[in-house]
Amino acid sequence: MSDIVKFNRRDFLKTGALAGGGLILALCFPGLESAGAARPPRGQFKLNAFIRVGHDGSVTFIVNHSEMGQGVYTSLPMILAEELECDWRKVMVEAAPVDPVYNNPAFGMQGTGGSTSVRMEWQILAKAGATAREMLIAAAAKEWKVTPTTCRAENGRVIHDSGKSLDYGKLAGRAARMPVPKDVQPKSPDKYRLIGKPLHRLDGPAKAGGKAEFGLDVKLPGLLTVVIAHPPVFGGKVKSFNADKARAVPGVKEVVQVPAGVAVAANGFPAARRGRAALEIVWDEGEWARLNTPDIIKEYARMAETPGIIARKEGNPDKAYYGAERRIMAEYCVPYLAHATMEPLNCTVNSDKNGCDIWTGTQSQTSDRNAAARVLGLKPEQVRLHTTFLGGGFGRRANPANDFVSTAAQVAKAVGKPVKVVWSREDDMKAGFFRPLWYSRLMAGLDKNSNLAAWWHTIVGQSILAGTPFAASMVKNGIDETSVEGAQDIPYAIPNILVDLHTTQMGVPVQWWRSVGHSHNAFVVESFLDEVAHEAGKDPFEFRRALLADKPRHRGVLELAAAKAGWSRPLAAGQGRGIAVHESYGSFVANVAEVSVDAKGKVRVHRVVCAIDCGRHVNPDIIRAQMESGIAFGLTAALYGEITLKNGRVEQGNYDDYPLLRISEMPRVEVHVAQNNEHSGGVGEPGVPCIAPAVANAVFAATGVRVRRLPIRGRELQKGSGIA
Amino acid sequence: MIALVVNGKRHAVDVAPDTPLLWVLRDNLGLTGTKYGCGEGVCGACTVHIDGRAERSCQISVKDAHGKRITTIEGLAKGHPVKKAWLAEDVSQCGWCQPGQIMQAAALLREKPAPSNADIDSAMEGNLCRCGTYQRIRAAIHMAAREAGKGGVR
Repeated sequence: MSDIVKFNRRDFLKTGALAGGGLILALCFPGLESAGAARPPRGQFKLNAFIRVGHDGSVTFIVNHSEMGQGVYTSLPMILAEELECDWRKVMVEAAPVDPVYNNPAFGMQGTGGSTSVRMEWQILAKAGATAREMLIAAAAKEWKVTPTTCRAENGRVIHDSGKSLDYGKLAGRAARMPVPKDVQPKSPDKYRLIGKPLHRLDGPAKAGGKAEFGLDVKLPGLLTVVIAHPPVFGGKVKSFNADKARAVPGVKEVVQVPAGVAVAANGFPAARRGRAALEIVWDEGEWARLNTPDIIKEYARMAETPGIIARKEGNPDKAYYGAERRIMAEYCVPYLAHATMEPLNCTVNSDKNGCDIWTGTQSQTSDRNAAARVLGLKPEQVRLHTTFLGGGFGRRANPANDFVSTAAQVAKAVGKPVKVVWSREDDMKAGFFRPLWYSRLMAGLDKNSNLAAWWHTIVGQSILAGTPFAASMVKNGIDETSVEGAQDIPYAIPNILVDLHTTQMGVPVQWWRSVGHSHNAFVVESFLDEVAHEAGKDPFEFRRALLADKPRHRGVLELAAAKAGWSRPLAAGQGRGIAVHESYGSFVANVAEVSVDAKGKVRVHRVVCAIDCGRHVNPDIIRAQMESGIAFGLTAALYGEITLKNGRVEQGNYDDYPLLRISEMPRVEVHVAQNNEHSGGVGEPGVPCIAPAVANAVFAATGVRVRRLPIRGRELQKGSGIA
Repeated sequence: MIALVVNGKRHAVDVAPDTPLLWVLRDNLGLTGTKYGCGEGVCGACTVHIDGRAERSCQISVKDAHGKRITTIEGLAKGHPVKKAWLAEDVSQCGWCQPGQIMQAAALLREKPAPSNADIDSAMEGNLCRCGTYQRIRAAIHMAAREAGKGGVR
């Protein structure tokens, strides 16, 4: 990344897209000072927007990315601590308030997503840490009346060449008043003491002790809990309602109509739900009340047979395909998916005419704050957004329509009291903003020598970015980058390629879902490539390897995973092995999966070997954890995940009909992290894309049946049934 | 008023008797370490100990909890081998389901001090984790069993 973007304080560099960047809107590196500089708490001194040092030597890092499990409350502090040379045991973390200084350079606003945290913040935080360190050294030098070059910083102390030393706590007050040095040099990597080590997570004790505060845990005096009766169909509206019975329910305090539906405010969640159940509402169901999933798929299949907008064209795919020695065609379909975060959506708002406080677990602070300000008729600076821990995010808590925050602000405005708006599990599951349903039609041509000569991929589905602030930079000539990512940039050396796209209009709200376009395109591309390898009579690993001759990082992880898995070693009878490789968010991942399929068609994944090359990295154990996590998340989608619509209604509601992977189904996951000095890639999302195709390819190896629809349907894997 | 004993402390709460214990713990007693995940007893996030057994607090009404010994994550000793093993293995990711996982695991170890993988799967099967921390949960339970076996808390 650093050759694309040179770090420059207060410099604003805008660019449309960034290689492997995913959701990259603009790069603007802020400085180290917040605009609305808040006074530090008593006994603490602010060295810059990211660092405070206390009298007692404690160090507080202000982290501008949301902690949703991916480990940023540990990895980002490690970068700061490395440069600050503080005592890691004295580090504390605080969530950043909303301020331009905390903007994500990738987005031009504060937010967490696109697996950007470490790779986008590394230089900024290294500079923040190094600058503060130099200020502490300067303060000590002044105290001792020596030149700063005779002093060094080490483990929370400044040490003079003579051997005398002072604790950071003693220097903090003076250091905060020192001039801010320019052009400080971050450490050279061979001097790192923390970066590269598998340090324990800083949020571990709070989470294991039940003390970590999530949005749903926020307590305020007089706080009412609110649930909302939402329309049964997306786009539906309240025609009329009668709240008499609801108001009579003990504990119910208010019933108000808001744009999202009818809100019931009560003392506690059970009373609010009882009140909601007593509401009598007549709905205008709107135009999508006859939407059914099978009809959507049928329509998409029809569209896939017609030419779409071209996302990529190389050579002459038409001629190469129709002139091929052998032609292979297949259609793939993946469903709508819910994020299903374990903590359901919620947002707490305490507002009056002078200002507003919001507590929520969000991935998009600036945008949510501004949306709340618009609802409440306040200036953005009058809204203080407090980011709590997020009980899972996976993209859902970066809602481009600000759904949960705007709705909560509307409720607060109508009720006039502090409110915590809560989505029940069912509300959350049915709320939409799903990973879109996708249909793909693929065609490949093999020449006389069984070389892959033509590749044709038609993609059909809804645009995630259309209508969002990201559309301006990431929807070009009718192509939403996220619809085709992982498909248009297929890494294999194929002389003739066509990737085209049909963008559909559908009343189902869609949103980025962990790994976004890669979540489906990797499955489709890596499964179909396996079909082609089989048709060419070649080993799936060797076939890929040969086509990746010019892609050393793809090839590196492919070979690493195959070697660690023992690719050519025979498996037990009835087992199959599958492989997949994919690049996303600047990282390269390969998976080898070993599976068996029982007589009922139930797939069991025994072992997954995962290789990742994410370049220079901070905490190898967090990388391993994110690969384990991505694999479990992707496996849930491969085996179970499916949201369906019947008469416009979401048919799933809870974990009984939208199952998640269970502990007994978790495969043994072995993660191998490549060691090199390449640019940093992300880790939160890149673990997801490979597992579905690796498992599907392994199922084929075990049964001879191709999986072209997710989730995998056991019935179709039963012996002799084949697949359409 | 309904009397409850939670983490060794007596409380009296004024709520409808059919209110799920989960919400009394969270809303009335401020013990928000016990989490709401599904409300139907299918995810395990609300797991607490009732008279030493792991139970889903979303499925038990406050009147049925009356007179019983309730322990929540806040009441499990800080030095409990399961909590320590959770930190050693860096199990938690987002953390929402982890109090329930820990309470379930602690109850398992009380019944089976040296559980097999199959014992762990069967005891932990109903505790869902969207972050997929299962491999580390298994490792942490084995570690806690070893540590407890060395003479720690049982």
